[in-house]
Amino acid sequence: MSNIPAELKYTEQHEWVRLEGDVATIGITDHAQEALGELVYVELPTAGKKVAATEPFVVVESVKAASEVYAPLTGEVLAVNDSLTSSPRLVNTQPYGDGWICKLRCTDTAQLSTLLTAAQYHALLG
Amino acid sequence: MNQKTCLYQEHVSLGAKLCPFAGYEMPIQYPHGVLQEHAWVRSHAGLFDVSHMGQAIVSGAEAAAFLSGLTPSSFLATPAGLAKYTVLTNAHGGIIDDLIITRLAPDRFFLVINAARKEIDLAWMRARLPADVTLEPLTDRALIALQGPEAEAVLVAEFPQANLADLGYMRLREATWQGVPVFISRLGYTGEDGFEISIPVDQAGAFWRRLLADARVWPIGLAARDSLRLEMGYPLYGHDLDEETSPVEASLAWVIGKEHRTFTGAETVLSQHASGVSRKRVGIRLTESGIAREGAAIYAGATRIGTLTSGGFSPSLKASIGQGYVTAALAQEGQKIEVEVRGKRIPAVIHGLSFVEAKTKRSVKKG
Repeated sequence: MSNIPAELKYTEQHEWVRLEGDVATIGITDHAQEALGELVYVELPTAGKKVAATEPFVVVESVKAASEVYAPLTGEVLAVNDSLTSSPRLVNTQPYGDGWICKLRCTDTAQLSTLLTAAQYHALLG
Repeated sequence: MNQKTCLYQEHVSLGAKLCPFAGYEMPIQYPHGVLQEHAWVRSHAGLFDVSHMGQAIVSGAEAAAFLSGLTPSSFLATPAGLAKYTVLTNAHGGIIDDLIITRLAPDRFFLVINAARKEIDLAWMRARLPADVTLEPLTDRALIALQGPEAEAVLVAEFPQANLADLGYMRLREATWQGVPVFISRLGYTGEDGFEISIPVDQAGAFWRRLLADARVWPIGLAARDSLRLEMGYPLYGHDLDEETSPVEASLAWVIGKEHRTFTGAETVLSQHASGVSRKRVGIRLTESGIAREGAAIYAGATRIGTLTSGGFSPSLKASIGQGYVTAALAQEGQKIEVEVRGKRIPAVIHGLSFVEAKTKRSVKKG
């Protein structure tokens, strides 16, 4: 049974978003990490990079394959979780905690309403 | 609709993630996950269902000559009980499949062929069978591999009379299990000591569960099977080998029988063996972080010199490793190269095909 914290927002591509003002902390959901399997490498973006919503901006690699993570919002990368360089498996073990991927400053606040609630994401997983 | 091996329900009960492979619904990994499964095989014993692969018997007075005519290897003087790794070659010297051929008796051979190629291999052989040679696919047999340093101890407990301690690498012994005949071959696809057991499908489930009841044994999926063979530099047909590639290009010239001259594609293969080829299969290791996969372009300076045909993460080395074909002149261990991953060129180096030392029985030095 997939863990879906109620206080977070979600996307259809299985990312979660924690909003604090216009700063969004982003990761992938428990469902996503389970489907990907153990990660062995995370290709993080550089701070300052501008991203557009739905554009791929992170690559996570399992033993078998690479998968893209899509920007949930349009904005600028503020910080990345450097721990993932030496410990990519934090994404699997703590997808909502120490396995966070990066922080974005959201530059188009209208998009916030497009994010899914926990209930909506739960319904998506069917 | 994908086929299922006779052990499908076992994989479901064990909680395997199942995916299609070569037309079969196969276990890719079990709940422990690929990294732990891989490590377990290298330290204990892993159990693999490889029943999707093809098994067949070739028999008749001219069976040895027939098989010798289809591969660069000669089977005329092969003693009973000896297995050989070889390839089926086409008229241009290209590889139709890689396979294991074991002599059971002067006029009887046991073949194990890749799942994805079995129909093609059988049709190829059937079309060339002389009148007095028979080809019999063994559709009522499962194939189970037990691989790892504890494999012998586990199997000896199941076959106490078979004297497995003195069964050498690449040797087959016939035995019985609960009254039915089985073949036990000391070989595998992991680089560890281990065995492949051919057993009738009716007994396969009980045999599988019996071995799993031993705490030293874990079930292992196809994902770990791939990372294990990649560490050993073993090729995977359809990725590292295909019909446009000769055994000489594939760095498999060692399968060519010393005096063997007459076989399909011999003209090309032997001429390449004597004069060289323009590209060779080599090992590749990234020297900076990232993971390079099949299809990645390989560069030496500004020049494209080849392509990766298999790649992934090595749990034993914690590095990105793979195999590919590069311009023969640069196919030297230590040659600095770059591999292109998502538009970025990552520094790498050409390596021997094998990244981990083989522990197969003949490689193990006596103490």
